[in-house]
Amino acid sequence: MRCAVAVLFPVVLMLVACQREERDTRPQSALGSGEQPTPVTTLEPGGQRPSPTDNKAASFEANAFHLSEGKRLFGWFNCSGCHANGGGGMGPALMDEKWIYGSSMESIHATIRDGRPNGMPSFRDKIPDDQIWELAAFVRSLSGNAPSSAAPSRNDDMMAHPSENRMPNAATLGKSP
Amino acid sequence: MKRFAPIAFATAIALFLQGCAGWQSALDPKGPAASELAWLIWFFTGLCAAVWVLVMIALALPLMMRPRERAEPLVIDADADNRKLRVVMTAIGLTAVILVGLTLLSFFANRTLAAIGSDAALTIRITGHQWWWEVRYEDATPSHILTTANEIHIPAGEPVRLLITSTDVIHSFWVPSLSGKLDLIPGHMNVLDIKADKPGVYRGQCAEFCGAQHANMGTFIIAEPREKFDAWWNDQLQPAAAPMSDEAKAGEDLFLKRPCVMCHKVGGTPAGGTVAPDLTHIASRQTLAAGTLTMSRGNLAAWIADPQGIKPGSHMPVADLSGDELNAIVAYLEGLK
Ligand code: HEC
Ligand code: HEC
Ligand SMILES: [Cu+2]
Repeated sequence: MRCAVAVLFPVVLMLVACQREERDTRPQSALGSGEQPTPVTTLEPGGQRPSPTDNKAASFEANAFHLSEGKRLFGWFNCSGCHANGGGGMGPALMDEKWIYGSSMESIHATIRDGRPNGMPSFRDKIPDDQIWELAAFVRSLSGNAPSSAAPSRNDDMMAHPSENRMPNAATLGKSP
Repeated sequence: MKRFAPIAFATAIALFLQGCAGWQSALDPKGPAASELAWLIWFFTGLCAAVWVLVMIALALPLMMRPRERAEPLVIDADADNRKLRVVMTAIGLTAVILVGLTLLSFFANRTLAAIGSDAALTIRITGHQWWWEVRYEDATPSHILTTANEIHIPAGEPVRLLITSTDVIHSFWVPSLSGKLDLIPGHMNVLDIKADKPGVYRGQCAEFCGAQHANMGTFIIAEPREKFDAWWNDQLQPAAAPMSDEAKAGEDLFLKRPCVMCHKVGGTPAGGTVAPDLTHIASRQTLAAGTLTMSRGNLAAWIADPQGIKPGSHMPVADLSGDELNAIVAYLEGLK
């Protein structure tokens, strides 16, 4: 009896390792990504309404697959042309704690989809909605806002900054707790 | 029942050997490199089989022979001992000769392989991507340099030099009917020389596990007579055909307005993406998505509507298109001969 437990226990432990993160490669709604209105302001009488995209943001944010896809697309879609590797260039730095338009997944998603007046192009229709969420999640990882268990690890070649899973959280960097 | 057994056996063997023929087989060589390798495979297999049979016989004989009765079992028979020693030494000597011999054979075969492309007139750069092949024809005149994907045309009967590398992970280029396999390594250029003796279509396959869609990373080598090859090259250098119908015209507009333009290039239009297969002459290819689907209107539509259903994990996302938009884009791409 005890022997059976001794065998079964490690077997169960090993089987746990077969659990794998879901890789959602198709848009989540069957009818495509749909359109979510972007509020111009979040100020509302009677407290803030929960955003309809809350779920989506959460499911992308801590998902290693989506984060690494976002990293690949950041290069493919030439975000680095204006934001460099996050350090900023013609566009603002994305690895610091300053956010012109807010640090939430929703506002970064809105920034990428609709553009911003001082030179951030709109990628509406040019990037499918799920890929915009992947980019938004990756942008947040640049300032240490993604779980280190999910954020991309180091590149095969030289990197301009520590890998995303070792990025210090920009908001608390240099401040004593 | 008994009478059928040999027939059934012969049929099974014949069916089995059938697997060795065809457009993707190292045992059905269609070029000098593959012939050299096929010869080597057969010779090694034959010789090793012969050695194995001899060893088995040498093991079986003493088991079947009854030991001779000896009057004085404890007295050592020096003559018999010496005889045994000689047999063992001869066997060791033969083994050494065979091993060294086979090593030399493969060494000279390697030299032959390396010499095939020494006077190659054509150089093609092949870059592996997850999970497709970028193919670039080099030429001294920059305007003659041609970039295409997944389908490699070569002139038959001429050696061709392939410079192979990768941008993401290690892949391996293997067209068994023409040559052995060689890895595509990020940041490193490998050289593989191939030659097809006769015109024909030979299938190749990525032979190094490279991720979710490794199995669907095929390629086709199309060997054709020199004039046909030159004509093909010339056709491919032309910009994309202008859309003929209204639907195709609408398709071109959509292609430029929708995500397609972010990744793909269509020569002669503003679409200049370089991270995905060049679509300038997509309709002239025989297959889609690295040999996953045959080229047809239906398959084009299926691929664009749901690349993640056909190649789950592939780097082409599902674009949010309505039925009419999809039809228009397909009509446009279908005209890109
Ligand atoms: C043509 C240059 C350019 C490109 C390309 C570009 N950006 Fe921007 N981006 C900017 C500029 C300029 C701003 C600042 C806009 C403003 O202040 O109104 C900005 C702002 C942003 C912000 C908001 C930062 C904040 O502090 O709130 C994010 C997030 C962002 N970009 C992400 C991206 C991503 C992701 C891509 C690639 C899909 C991208 N950008 C491509 C120029 C660019
Ligand atoms: C994020 C980049 C990206 C976007 C956006 C994209 N594709 Fe692709 N496409 C790819 C990649 C990568 C492949 C190769 C996939 C493979 O074979 O694994 C591909 C393959 C193809 C192929 C097959 C090419 C061949 O040589 O077999 C066609 C046709 C195609 N895409 C059409 C489109 C159309 C039409 C759109 C717009 C609705 C589009 N693509 C949007 C990346 C993209
Ligand atoms: Cu592979």
